[in-house]
Amino acid sequence: MATPVLDKAEAEGRAASPYITVTFRIRRFNPEVSAEATWQDFQVEIDPRERVLDGLHKIKWDLDGTLTFRRSCAHGICGSDAMRINGKNRLACKTLIKDINPEKPITIEPIKGLTVLKDLVVDMEPFFQAYRDVMPFLITKETNEPTRERLQSPEDRERFDDTTKCILCAACTSSCPVFWNDGQYFGPAAIVNAHRFIFDSRDEAGEERLEILNDKDGVWRCRTTFNCTDACPRGIEVTKAIAEVKRALITRRL
Amino acid sequence: MKIHKYDTVIVGAGGAGMRAAIEATKRSRTAVLTKLYPTRSHTGAAQGGMAAALANVEEDNWEWHTFDTVKGGDYLVDQDAAEILAKEAIDSVLDLEKMGLPFNRTPEGTIDQRRFGGHSRNHGEAPVRRSCYAADRTGHMILQTLYQNCVKQGVEFFNEFYVLDQLITEVDGVKTSAGVVAYELATGEIHVFQAKSVIYASGGCGKFFKVTSNAHTLTGDGQAAVFRRGLPLEDMEFFQFHPTGIWRMGILLTEGARGEGGILRNKDGERFMEKYAPVMKDLASRDVVSRAIYTEIREGRGCGPDGDHVYLDLTHLPPEQLDAKLPDITEFARTYLGIEPYTDPIPIQPTAHYAMGGIPTTVRGEVLADNTTIVPGLYAAGEVACVSVHGANRLGTNSLLDINVFGKRAGIAAAEYAQQADFVELPENPESYVVEQVERLRNSTGNERVAELRRELQETMDANVMVFRTEQTIKTAIEKIAELRKRYKNVAIQDKGKRFNTDLLEAIELGNLLELAEVMAVSALARKESRGGHYREDYPHRDDVNFMRHTMAYREVGADGTETIRLDYKPVVQTRYQPMERKY
Repeated sequence: MATPVLDKAEAEGRAASPYITVTFRIRRFNPEVSAEATWQDFQVEIDPRERVLDGLHKIKWDLDGTLTFRRSCAHGICGSDAMRINGKNRLACKTLIKDINPEKPITIEPIKGLTVLKDLVVDMEPFFQAYRDVMPFLITKETNEPTRERLQSPEDRERFDDTTKCILCAACTSSCPVFWNDGQYFGPAAIVNAHRFIFDSRDEAGEERLEILNDKDGVWRCRTTFNCTDACPRGIEVTKAIAEVKRALITRRL
Repeated sequence: MKIHKYDTVIVGAGGAGMRAAIEATKRSRTAVLTKLYPTRSHTGAAQGGMAAALANVEEDNWEWHTFDTVKGGDYLVDQDAAEILAKEAIDSVLDLEKMGLPFNRTPEGTIDQRRFGGHSRNHGEAPVRRSCYAADRTGHMILQTLYQNCVKQGVEFFNEFYVLDQLITEVDGVKTSAGVVAYELATGEIHVFQAKSVIYASGGCGKFFKVTSNAHTLTGDGQAAVFRRGLPLEDMEFFQFHPTGIWRMGILLTEGARGEGGILRNKDGERFMEKYAPVMKDLASRDVVSRAIYTEIREGRGCGPDGDHVYLDLTHLPPEQLDAKLPDITEFARTYLGIEPYTDPIPIQPTAHYAMGGIPTTVRGEVLADNTTIVPGLYAAGEVACVSVHGANRLGTNSLLDINVFGKRAGIAAAEYAQQADFVELPENPESYVVEQVERLRNSTGNERVAELRRELQETMDANVMVFRTEQTIKTAIEKIAELRKRYKNVAIQDKGKRFNTDLLEAIELGNLLELAEVMAVSALARKESRGGHYREDYPHRDDVNFMRHTMAYREVGADGTETIRLDYKPVVQTRYQPMERKY
């Protein structure tokens, strides 16, 4: 490794204040106060290398304590803070101010297709219900469990690796136009979690899950708009996973 | 107010809580109360692995693992508990695999294993591959797998229910758990849960530090709830500072990065750990590495314009290895620092990571009222608890193990107790403390702000009770915390509503942090020695004659209402291993 040296740009940047003023334009809704949702602007002094979540915290902590949103880990692992930022579903803790043009107001809205309860907080129950409906757990039918671990080759493990990354943030499902129009559709996240087991060599209930997803509210509703893949903060190829489930339905059943 | 009745109530739905729930639900009518949706819990942020002497890739056994755990904890570990941890590790990993956890695999198809800090072959000879892992997302996979199995079993969750009080009833002079009181975030409604057994699995309290790997929500709610009811907290002075947090942000970069061959370097490019730990080098235990980093920084060999960090260098590792084994942490470096780890070293600094101390329990998860007396019906497991398997310093990969071994044990013990016990009568007006607290905050017209007090608390904790401590710095912290606690009485919130009042929630969380910060500082002041994560510059050596003992802190309230912390001590359980000087 080259000997680390003083980063010139960084040293110069240190002299000038890194802070800029950014406008956050936030969709507010509190049924205890009003039945109408409104837009509210906040001016925030922020280092552009900070996260949108840091900006929301500055507002909540220093300007308006009533601003309400969910968050926990603050680095893209827990899936609490999916929201619409400048019209795109993202995690507020994984989106840096500098990456979304801070010269214009940053618009922040709750994710779509789920009932808004207050400000950026939505009712997650329908989302988790769809997840539970696809039987998102390993099912084996053997009568005698092995003493040691089940064997699985690295290749078989790799087959479903992409869909194990899901953090259930709902960014994909709430970006899907089919889901916006009809909340009965399972949505991409539930299909991703079904995929995770259908393609796990240890699992023996793939047929049952495929049957569930063959339903009128299942995979065939997908219109392949790729919104879900674009929205996924974990980089899961969601549309591809859905296509693989569709293909499995065709090849196994026809 | 609503009253519910369950055999077993579990507080928290991270790894320990859900592992307990899987056992308790099979045996008793169980409810899980959780401040967050279960999959939001911070178990999901754990990265590197879960230790178990499977010996899948090289010779290993549970006795070596026990020794490493005891030595890693600087001999403050209760050795009977460490032995259980290491022995039951093997079944714990196999249980998870059978539940569906997608571990990385060897070419033969068995669970793959890798090196981790402090884990060695044959009592310190060389690093051993003991960590079972799934890339650098092992915690995520454990959390998801446990949640999947809770769904499979139909575990009953009360999501976004925040437990604010532990109910205790004296039965024949014995403090007995009667249930808990919870606040429903969505509605502001207060719920009393009467239960035969209560298990705390509510996680750590790292948010009293500024630079921390902990989630915003890790505010010591469980510890504070039992402490306020006169029950002790054990070894709270021992807090782990993980060597490799992202510079200034504190986001965790797994020790697995060094397990895969990553190297720490100072501004001269020197692999400085060779000086501090000639055998284990970058894989020495975390307290040793964190002190070494700060020693380099203090002696002027830190990197960057302010010389306030060092580098984690992965540039010599093949990009394919980084992609396969460390995909998440390399992405963190790109996202948050704009750095490409293939070609550039990552700026890091130690980050407040893990509370070794907590609610004292037996190896069955039973909570202790003093050194020996059990509180019937009360259990704890995971980071909230102190068994003590981590002693003065936890080894990496032993926490994912702890939550599985002791989560399972607490779940079984609590449910079995509930099967044969009767409900204990609730105290009169069981909700009164919570109602009073919530109403006071909602109606306060004071002029103090939650965010300001929390910032001041975090700053004083980082400055005074972090990696290096002295009597003077600890006293400074204690004075500051006392001032903040006084000002906290005058804190006001802006959101006066009932619906999703997270403003109120943060105010309550701050109260818990202040209470626990004080316990930590007072416990640290009294421990005039250096051991594991507790390093006193004014007492730089371990003192087994005077301090080979656990701290037990109690809250005492005087006749005039003044609160003080009383310290007592509990012997360490030693079985196989005599204390030796710790070298890596």
